[in-house]
Amino acid sequence: MSATAWAWLVLLFPLLGSVVIALGYRALPQKAAGAIGTLAIGLSFACGVAATVSLLGDETHARHHASSLWDYASAAGLDIELGIFVDPLSIFMVLVVTGVSTLIHLYSFGYMQSDEGYHRFFSYLNFFVFSMLLLVLAGNFVLLTVGWAFVGFASYALISFWYRRETATRAGMKAFVINVVGDIGLVLAAFLIFRELGSFDYGEVFEKAPEVFATNEWTIVAICLLLLVGAFAKSAQLPLHTWLPDAMEGPTPVSALIHAATMVTAGVYLIARTHPLFELAPTAADVAAITGLATLLVAGTMALVMTDLKRAIAYSTMSQIGYMVMGVSIGAYSAGMFHLMTHAFFKALLFMAAGSIIAAMANDQNIDRMSGFGKAMRFTSITFVCGALALAAFPGTSGFFSKDEILAFAGARGGMYAAMMVLGYAGALLTAVYSFRLVFRILPGRPCPEAQELIETGHVAHEAPKNPATGEPEDTDVGFPGSEHHIAERNWPMRAAMAVLAVLALVGGLVQIPGVDHVITNFLEPVFEESALAHIHPSAGTEWLGLAVGAAISLLGIGIAYLFYVAQPGRSRQLETRLRPLHTLFANKWYFDELIDVLVVRPALAIGRFANRVFERVVVDGLVSGTEGTVRGASGVVRGVQSGFVRGYALLLFAGFAGLALYFLLASS
Amino acid sequence: MTVEWYIVLSSLLFATGAIGILIRRSPMVILLCLELMLNAGNLALVAFSRMVGNGEGQVFAVIVMVVAACEVVVGLGLIVAIFRRRLPLNVDDLRELRG
Repeated sequence: MSATAWAWLVLLFPLLGSVVIALGYRALPQKAAGAIGTLAIGLSFACGVAATVSLLGDETHARHHASSLWDYASAAGLDIELGIFVDPLSIFMVLVVTGVSTLIHLYSFGYMQSDEGYHRFFSYLNFFVFSMLLLVLAGNFVLLTVGWAFVGFASYALISFWYRRETATRAGMKAFVINVVGDIGLVLAAFLIFRELGSFDYGEVFEKAPEVFATNEWTIVAICLLLLVGAFAKSAQLPLHTWLPDAMEGPTPVSALIHAATMVTAGVYLIARTHPLFELAPTAADVAAITGLATLLVAGTMALVMTDLKRAIAYSTMSQIGYMVMGVSIGAYSAGMFHLMTHAFFKALLFMAAGSIIAAMANDQNIDRMSGFGKAMRFTSITFVCGALALAAFPGTSGFFSKDEILAFAGARGGMYAAMMVLGYAGALLTAVYSFRLVFRILPGRPCPEAQELIETGHVAHEAPKNPATGEPEDTDVGFPGSEHHIAERNWPMRAAMAVLAVLALVGGLVQIPGVDHVITNFLEPVFEESALAHIHPSAGTEWLGLAVGAAISLLGIGIAYLFYVAQPGRSRQLETRLRPLHTLFANKWYFDELIDVLVVRPALAIGRFANRVFERVVVDGLVSGTEGTVRGASGVVRGVQSGFVRGYALLLFAGFAGLALYFLLASS
Repeated sequence: MTVEWYIVLSSLLFATGAIGILIRRSPMVILLCLELMLNAGNLALVAFSRMVGNGEGQVFAVIVMVVAACEVVVGLGLIVAIFRRRLPLNVDDLRELRG
């Protein structure tokens, strides 16, 4: 079978799974729904592997195939197909998405057991995977937009999964609205591309673009900036990032899958996919790189002070995506994609471990209350440390190789990009500190009451479920936090998924060691070989130097975290009081929410109120009631005749007839 | 006999029917008055037909009788239905169509 046939199957299985679970939720027992969901994604992954094998069988330069099922619209000059584009880049994404999704489905199989909405959850989750695969496999900008909007919807549905929780529904709306801003950017970019190049097809667009556009012409810069609006909204880059921390209201597997491993990396994929356009618009690429850099630093500082476990990890996700966006914008495409992959491993793992800990805390996410879980939950702690090591780029782990490759490329490009490398290393220091801040605050120390209960009685803590954000008691009719919490220690599917990811987080970087092997660079090479930046390769020597610096910084960061949170626990408080303004700034998320509130939300509300008071009340209501009054007045005249007496009607009939007869008689004489 | 007498009789019958419809309240009588008017028309048709000397007017008269029969069926059916539902047999009470 050809690669495209396998790719169609990759798309088919999640869609089938979603539909079967959604339609059969009454008939299917709970376990069957979870099994179908997991199996569908597993099969999809298998097909992805088969597609990879088939693709590798082709000659290097022929490793791109387009395939179309049917034409949506075919008119003069417009040809929109339901078409997919299979090349190493999209297949790489397919493998990451389906692989990590399979494991997260497996995890959810155990984690969500007590949830009333179990079927709904798996149906949504499968639909999300289908949408994400549609996004990465799309062969033209129209289908890309469809997938783009679908993942936005799936994200909304899953953030608001516990829909009786007001904070969750609000977070869902916020995510949806900000994502729609991105969708508009993407759609406008697609329109501009069509106006200038007359096609939506990737192949045609990328082929024609260099002929039509001069470098940095304003149109191509506008197109790329609009694409970036889409990418920034989806990938939570400044200033469209505020939805991501709020999205943590969703169930933890959702945070792991959508808001860490897959969907939020769609922006990175988009930039890598449209790299021929970005190379024609270096200004836009620089904007993206600088935004990525700013995001990675700003998010790093916020992750440093968050006391909500999931939010802290969410800011770390933003920060890591900042690295990827910076990477693919400066031309380090395969390095960016490599970091995307390793990040998917270790961040999904961190979220899974966090979910296990949060379950043991009876759904409390406040790290101020957590301590001593190292003793209480050995397996979860080990995997959490594995994830944190990879995140902190501890030497030898996956994050170590991928992050340093991006920074090494930045250094090799020189100039402004070398400054980016330096700041990137500063971000790496932040990363190491905040990731081990979490580790040192949660795992060692005197066990907190919940951990103590787990050690002594072996019971997972039970408490009346409350909303972790507001402390309000929760409505449990729609499920979690249900009667039971599930931790990895007692649940083999959760344990299996976490074990696989822990191994991948530790050794996943070995596929790409500078000077030793270049599996991912080689695999992706056919996609990027025509890039003008493809010839830039940091020498193995500088890469190793970079790795050494990275290792030193990582160890330094972990050391700082150790000093502040283990060796001298009071010291972090001291620092906090001494740097009060800075801490307030970080803890209030740099006031981005407030800024957007003042700049966008309030003016929009004011316009709405004005429209309601003036336009709606006076103009629209005036028109409507004016028309109504005219009709009513006119009908009043006629209404008198309609007496309802049959004899009255008969009299009118006779009178009329007599009148007519009289007229004709008079006229004829 | 000249045709005028027939026309006078027909007009009288028609006027009787019309007045009956206007002043009576029983649906039964109104139906009878309608018949009277139709037959006044028939009489005029047949009279003119004889005056002209061909049968076309008589054909019309037959058609009017058929229509009258149909009308009686519907009208009587309505009256029976009204009676069965114990509604008053008075056309002035049936005035739901008032605007």
